[in-house]
Amino acid sequence: MNQPSFGVDGVSVDIGGTRALEGITLDAEPGTITAVVGGDGAGKTTLLRCVVGEVRATVGAVQRPQKRHVGYMPSTSGVWRDLSVSENVAFAGSAYGVDPAGSRPRELLRAAGLDSVAGRLARDLSGGMRQKLGVVMALLHDPELVVLDEPSTGVDPVSRVELWRLVSEAAAGGAAVLLATTYLDEAERASSLLVLDGGTALVSGTAESITAQVPGTLAATAKPVYRDRAWRRGTEFHEWWPPHERVADDLRTIDADLEDAVIVEMIARRVPTP
Amino acid sequence: MTELANATSATKRYGQFVAVDGVDLHVEPGEIVGLIGANGAGKTTLIRMLLGLTATSAGDVAVFGEAPSRQTRRRLGYVPQGLGLWPDLTALENIAFTAAAFGVAPRLDALPAGVDPDDLVGALSLGQQRQLAFVCALAHEPDLVVLDEPTSGVDPLARAHLWERIHRVADDGGGVLVTTHYMQEAQQCDRLVVMSAGRVAARGRLNDVLDGVEAIEVDSADWRAAFAVLAESSIPIMLTGRRVRAVGVERATVEQVLSAADVAAAIDVVPGTLEEAMLLIERAG
Repeated sequence: MNQPSFGVDGVSVDIGGTRALEGITLDAEPGTITAVVGGDGAGKTTLLRCVVGEVRATVGAVQRPQKRHVGYMPSTSGVWRDLSVSENVAFAGSAYGVDPAGSRPRELLRAAGLDSVAGRLARDLSGGMRQKLGVVMALLHDPELVVLDEPSTGVDPVSRVELWRLVSEAAAGGAAVLLATTYLDEAERASSLLVLDGGTALVSGTAESITAQVPGTLAATAKPVYRDRAWRRGTEFHEWWPPHERVADDLRTIDADLEDAVIVEMIARRVPTP
Repeated sequence: MTELANATSATKRYGQFVAVDGVDLHVEPGEIVGLIGANGAGKTTLIRMLLGLTATSAGDVAVFGEAPSRQTRRRLGYVPQGLGLWPDLTALENIAFTAAAFGVAPRLDALPAGVDPDDLVGALSLGQQRQLAFVCALAHEPDLVVLDEPTSGVDPLARAHLWERIHRVADDGGGVLVTTHYMQEAQQCDRLVVMSAGRVAARGRLNDVLDGVEAIEVDSADWRAAFAVLAESSIPIMLTGRRVRAVGVERATVEQVLSAADVAAAIDVVPGTLEEAMLLIERAG
């Protein structure tokens, strides 16, 4: 099973004279789910659009299959609001020669829990249902590369489980799935992830490798010494001590989870260390 | 001490449809209460009842010990999902407008980091807009703060900063009612109220809500085959990394399905996530 990987290698993207992405390398392997994580403005959408060919890379190389083997759901979900669920599916499928009466659309709609609302106009769907419809439409033609821009934003936990099942099924079927999310809870489930911050790569790898490589010392405390290096986790704070810095006495050190690890990397970039 | 918010058998009917069905909920000073539920579970309707925007059909809703009114609204801070800012006004104008509406002096020192008073709000990043919405909602030092998915769309550090603000409200003796869909945020709350189809389906700390919720984790060299046979059996499953997770099913059932298809796998019972707990709650309802 030596299918080629998709993704980008050393890619930078300029948009309107501004560098939106800088030196990004990302590998989306067939049969796996890769997550791109970041907040608003981090560059997730630009990266995904670059991967599917909607934005040209200014520098670097992009590997993608032929366009008809790509399934892309934009952040706006790509759903036509004035068409019904089944009309949306038929229309999206017609572009790829998918028989709307065939088994594939029916199976996907059932798996998404949308078979009971097939006649409903998309604009009357809940946010979660609309997002699931967008994912179904991106998966219809069984693409080799599936690119989903924040499929779970605004989606409630129950619909999110169904959505992840759809996405998992595509990966288990051999597709390379690349999806963007703002939540680490969710990214942790992917085979590998890339965290973007201000258009550059903050960290990447598996969740385990990212938490294992946190520099310096992480401590839990009721009263942080340096507030700009501390963040609240429930009833206490977590505080980061950079490498080589003399740490406070009686430090209660803890292991980082993915949330901690990413916050540490963001703080390390922003807070000057002595 | 008077509870900041109190719903007793609160009910809201729209014709035949019961959006909120006999819900009990209270928020006390110094605590953060998380309101969790699928879309359509009734969270927003309940919040609108507390704000005095929607009348109850039955039961009682009180804030600061009285029926919601314009008077109670003065002591309440609210950040809706849509933030409630005016994008065509500057940051300063937004602060001044909200302060004027509540009859307090505008606090110009409260601008979020990196935001210039003359910046148009529509041009700010979402994280900055969320910080500014907090500033506006908290300017009149409300005793009760209601937040509808306050950190949606922002990066982890910005989210941590927003949560620090939320904790500060509670540390200063205020009460917070916050909706979220995420486990990491639910962990930040003192108590959770989980709604499903208009009713309270579970309540307590996150550990109480997750109590007894287990997932079956399948680790197989041939994980694709494992996924395929489990998917066919209509067990709720998803991938985490290369492991397959199933919920709402006995370990023995998973073992049976896999061995019948000749898929070798290590099977483990692991603690469930909030999403998995919610799925089980919805299925039970």
